[in-house]
Amino acid sequence: MATLNILVLVCLSYVVLLFVVAFAADRAALRGRGKWLRSPIIYTLSLSIYCTAWTFYGAVGFAARSGLEFVTIYLGPTLVMIGWWWALRKMVRVGRSQRITSIADLISSRFGKSNTLAVFVTLLAVIGTTPYIALQLQSVTLSFAAFAETGPDVGEAINREVTAFWLALGLALFTILFGTRNLDANERHHGVVMAIALEAVVKLFALLAVGVFVVWGLSGGVSETLARIDASNIARWDVSASRWVGLTALSAAAFLCLPRMFQVMVVENEDEDHLRTAAWAFPAYLMLMSLFVVPIAVVGLDLLEGTNPDLFVLSLPLSQGQDGLAILSFLGGFSSATSMVIVAAIALSTMVSNHIVMPIWLNMTGGNAVMSGDVRQVALLARRLSIAGVVLLGYLYFRISGGGTALAKIGLVSFAGVAQFLPALLGGLFWRGATRAGAMAGLVIGSLVWLYSLFLPSFGTGTILSDAIMHDGLWGLSWLRPQALFGSEGMDPLVHAVMWSMLLNTAGFITVSLLSFPKPIERLQGAQFVNVYDHSPTTGGWTGGLAQTEDLLIMAQRIMGSTQAQAFFASAAGRQGIGGYLPEPSPDFLQSLERELSGSVGAAAAHAMVGQIVGGASVSVEDLMAVADETAQIMEYSSKLEAKSTELTRTARQLREANEKLTQLSRQKDAFLSQVSHELRTPMTSIRAFSEILRDADGLQAEEAGKYASVIHDEAIRLTRLLDDLLDLSVLENGQVSLNVQTGTLGDLLDRAEAAAGGNSGELEVRRQRGDEGIMLSTDLDRLAQVFINLIANARKYCDAKTPVLTIESRLSGEMLLVDFIDNGTGIPTDKQTVIFEKFSRIGDTKAGGAGLGLAICREIMGRLGGRVTYLPGQSGAAFRVSLPVEQRVAAQ
Amino acid sequence: MGKQVLLIEDEPNIIEAIRFILSRDGWDVRTHSNGQDAFEAARARLPDVIILDVMLPGKSGFDILTEIRADPALADTPVLMLTARGQKKDREMAERAGASQYMTKPFSNAEILETVRQMVVP
Repeated sequence: MATLNILVLVCLSYVVLLFVVAFAADRAALRGRGKWLRSPIIYTLSLSIYCTAWTFYGAVGFAARSGLEFVTIYLGPTLVMIGWWWALRKMVRVGRSQRITSIADLISSRFGKSNTLAVFVTLLAVIGTTPYIALQLQSVTLSFAAFAETGPDVGEAINREVTAFWLALGLALFTILFGTRNLDANERHHGVVMAIALEAVVKLFALLAVGVFVVWGLSGGVSETLARIDASNIARWDVSASRWVGLTALSAAAFLCLPRMFQVMVVENEDEDHLRTAAWAFPAYLMLMSLFVVPIAVVGLDLLEGTNPDLFVLSLPLSQGQDGLAILSFLGGFSSATSMVIVAAIALSTMVSNHIVMPIWLNMTGGNAVMSGDVRQVALLARRLSIAGVVLLGYLYFRISGGGTALAKIGLVSFAGVAQFLPALLGGLFWRGATRAGAMAGLVIGSLVWLYSLFLPSFGTGTILSDAIMHDGLWGLSWLRPQALFGSEGMDPLVHAVMWSMLLNTAGFITVSLLSFPKPIERLQGAQFVNVYDHSPTTGGWTGGLAQTEDLLIMAQRIMGSTQAQAFFASAAGRQGIGGYLPEPSPDFLQSLERELSGSVGAAAAHAMVGQIVGGASVSVEDLMAVADETAQIMEYSSKLEAKSTELTRTARQLREANEKLTQLSRQKDAFLSQVSHELRTPMTSIRAFSEILRDADGLQAEEAGKYASVIHDEAIRLTRLLDDLLDLSVLENGQVSLNVQTGTLGDLLDRAEAAAGGNSGELEVRRQRGDEGIMLSTDLDRLAQVFINLIANARKYCDAKTPVLTIESRLSGEMLLVDFIDNGTGIPTDKQTVIFEKFSRIGDTKAGGAGLGLAICREIMGRLGGRVTYLPGQSGAAFRVSLPVEQRVAAQ
Repeated sequence: MGKQVLLIEDEPNIIEAIRFILSRDGWDVRTHSNGQDAFEAARARLPDVIILDVMLPGKSGFDILTEIRADPALADTPVLMLTARGQKKDREMAERAGASQYMTKPFSNAEILETVRQMVVP
C-alpha cells in the first residue's frame, strides 16, 4: 500500500526533476546550445497545457456523467489547429513582429495601444483564470485525498487546505524562479517550456498506462471493452445538438483566447513553421489523450459505483492495488495541474504587471522613466508579486468555494469567460474597420452577460444571486432571468450563456466599430495587424531629436539591464557606422528600441516611455502607405465632392462677376446719361436765357444784342459739336465704323492736322522734326488725322506755359511707329493720367468748354486702327504717345 | 441799393445771362466762379440770396451748401440751387442738403426772377 509519505516523496522527487530539467534547459539556452529545445515537438508538447488536470481527471468524469460530450473539449482545438491554421499563423506573426507579451497586449496594441482595453482584458482574464487555478489545486488535493482514503493510516487524513496551501506555495516559487529570470517576454522561458514538455509526456504516458491497464488488465481486451461500452449508458446518452455545437465552439474559442494558450502558442513560439508540425501533432496528442477516456469511465462506473467519477483515473488503479500505476497516474494529474498553474501564472503576471502595476507605478513617479529608480527591478518585482498574487487568488477561491463543484463545470465557466476576447481578437486581426470603442463595447457587454448569466450563478443559487433573481429576474423583470435572458427558456444554462454573451458581444463590437471613427494610431495598428504579411513589421515610428540617446540609454539600462542595453546600443551604433554606445536616434533605431522595451513592459508602456523622451510620434512612409490604401477610396469620394463644390464656387463667382459687371455698366450708363444731360443743358441754358433777353428786353443796344446773338450762335455750335462727338463715339464704340484705308506720308498727315487744329495761329508753337516724317502710312488717314488734330488742339487749349510749345517727335521702335506729342506745360497730375481717356473727364477749369470726349474718341480710333494712344509720364509737360503697328506701314510700301 | 445776390456759377455765358436779368430788376449781383473758396466768398459778403450751381470746379455745390447751412451767419440765407442734371436724385440731394429752392437748367428768365424775388419776401 502506498503511503502518503511515499507519495509526498515521489512528488518532491518529481518536482526536483522538473527543477533540474528547467534549470538545465535554461543553461543550455543561455549558452546557445540545445537546438532541440527549439524543436517543433517541444512546441507541440508545450501546447498540451491545454490538457490540464481538468482534462486529465475531468474528461473521465465528464464522460461518466454526460457520455461522449467530453469529445467536444478536444474537438474544438483540433478544428482550430487544422482548419484555422492560417488564422493561428497570422496571430503568431503579429505577435512576433509586434513583440506582443500577452493577449491583453495584443488587443491593446491592435486598438491604438490603449491601456484601458489592456486593463479590462487583464481583469477579465484574471477573473476567468482564478477558478481554473483553484480547479487545479482542488484536483491535486482530491487526488491526495484519494490516496489517503485507501491508505492504511486513514487517521492521518490530511488537511486538504494545508495540502493546497503548500502546493500553491511551491508552484508560485517554481514560477517565480523560472518565469521571471528574464524580464523580456521575448527572451523565451526555455526552462519552463522544457519542464512543461516533460510534464506533457508524463501525463500522456500516465493516462495511456491507466487506459491500457483498464482495457487489457481489467476488461480483458479490446472486444470485451467495446462490449462493456455498448452495455453501458454512455453510448446511449443523448447529446443535444445545440450543446454539442456550443461546447465545440466554446472550446475552440477558449483555445485561441486562454491567456496560457496564448503564452505558449504565440509568446513562447520560436518559429512560425512550428505551427505546421503542431497542426497535425497536437490533434494527434489530443486524440491519444481521449483514447481511453470512455473505457476508463465505463469500467469505473461498473466497478466503483457511487464514488467521484472525476477521480476514476486514480481510483481505478488504487482499487485494484496497482500502487505503481496509481502513483504514475497521480503524477500525470499533478503534471497537468502544475503546468497549467505555472503557465497561467506567468501569462497573467505579465499582463498584470505590464498593464496594471507598471502604468500605475510610472504614473506615480511622474511618468519620468529616466529620473526615477530602476525600472527593471520594479518590473521584475511587479511580475513576481503578480505571480504570487495570481496563485494566491486561486488558492483563496479554492478555500472559499470549498472545492465542491464538479471539475468540468468550473472549466467551462472559465472557457466562456475568456471566450469573450474572441470577437475583439479576430476582429482586430482580420477587420480593418474594428475600432477601440467597438472592442471595448463588445468586451464590456459580453463579460457582463457572462458574469450575470454564468459566472455568478456558478457559485450556486442563493450564494451571490438570490433565488428571487434566478427565478424572477433582476428587479423582477422576467426577461432578465440569468438563465433565461430575453425569454429564452428551456436552454442549457451553459449554451444559453455562451450564446447570449457571444452574440451580444459580437453585435456590440461590430455596431460600435461601425459607428465610431478610429484614431490615427488605431488605423496604423489596424493596417499593421490586418495586413501583417504585406507591410513592414514596424509600428508607429519615431523621429528622434539629437542628444536624447543618452536619456534613452539610461532608461533602457533600467529596463533591460545595463549589459543588455549597452550591447543593444553599441550594436545599433555599429550598424550606423558609429563607435561607442550612442547611436543616432534614427527612426529605425527608436523603433527597434521600442520593440525591445515592449517585450519587457508591454507595447503601451514602451510607447509611452520612448515617447516621453523623444517627444512627438511620427509616422513612417510605409505606415502612411498602409493607411493610404484604405483612405484612397475616401479621398476619391471626397475629391469628387470637392470638385463639385469647386465648380459651384466657380459658377457662383462667375455669376457674381457678371452681376458686378452689369451693375457697373448700369452705373456707367447712369453717369453717362447724367453727363450728357449736363453737357447739353449747359449750352441750352445760355441759348434760352439770351434768346429770351433778346425777345423780352426793351431798349437793348445794338452792340449788346449782337453780343448776345453771337453767344447763342457759339453755344449752338458747341451743341452741334457735342452731338457730333457723341455720335462719333457711339459709332466707334459699337464697332460700326468702316475704315477707309489710304496711303500717305506721316509728314503730310501732320501738316493737315496742324492746319485743322488752328495752324500756327495763336500762341502755340509747334516744333517738328520733318526729317523723321517721311514714313509712308497705309491706314485710315482721316481717322488718324482726327487723333492728331485732337492732341494738337488739346495742347493749344490746355498748355499753361507762358510761351506754349508743342514738340512732335516721330520714330520707329521695333515694329511700332511712335509719334509723341509733348508740350511744355505743367502736364497732367499722376492720379489723373489714367482717367483722362474716359468719357467726360476734364481736368481743371473748363475754360475751353470741351465736353471731355476728345481723348475718349482718340482712344477708340487708335483701337480701331490696331494701335493705341497713351499718356507718356515723366516728360517736360503733358505728353501723349500715339503708337501704330509697323505692318500698316510696310503694307503700304 | 437793391438786395444783394451772390451767384456761384462757372459757365461764363450763364453768369452773363443771370447778371443781366437780375440787374435789370434792381439786384446787386455778385459772382463767384470757383467752388473751392465759394463758402468764404459767401461768408465775406453775407448776401440776401445765394444762387448755387451744383457742378462747380473744385467743390460740389452740395458740399458748399452743407457748409453754408452749418454756419450760423449763413444758416438762414435762402439758397437757390441750379443743376444741369435733371435727375430726381439730384433734387432730393439738394433738399436734404438744405436748399430753399431748386431749378433745373435750362430755366426761363421770368421763372428765375420770380423765384429769387419770392425767396427774400418773408
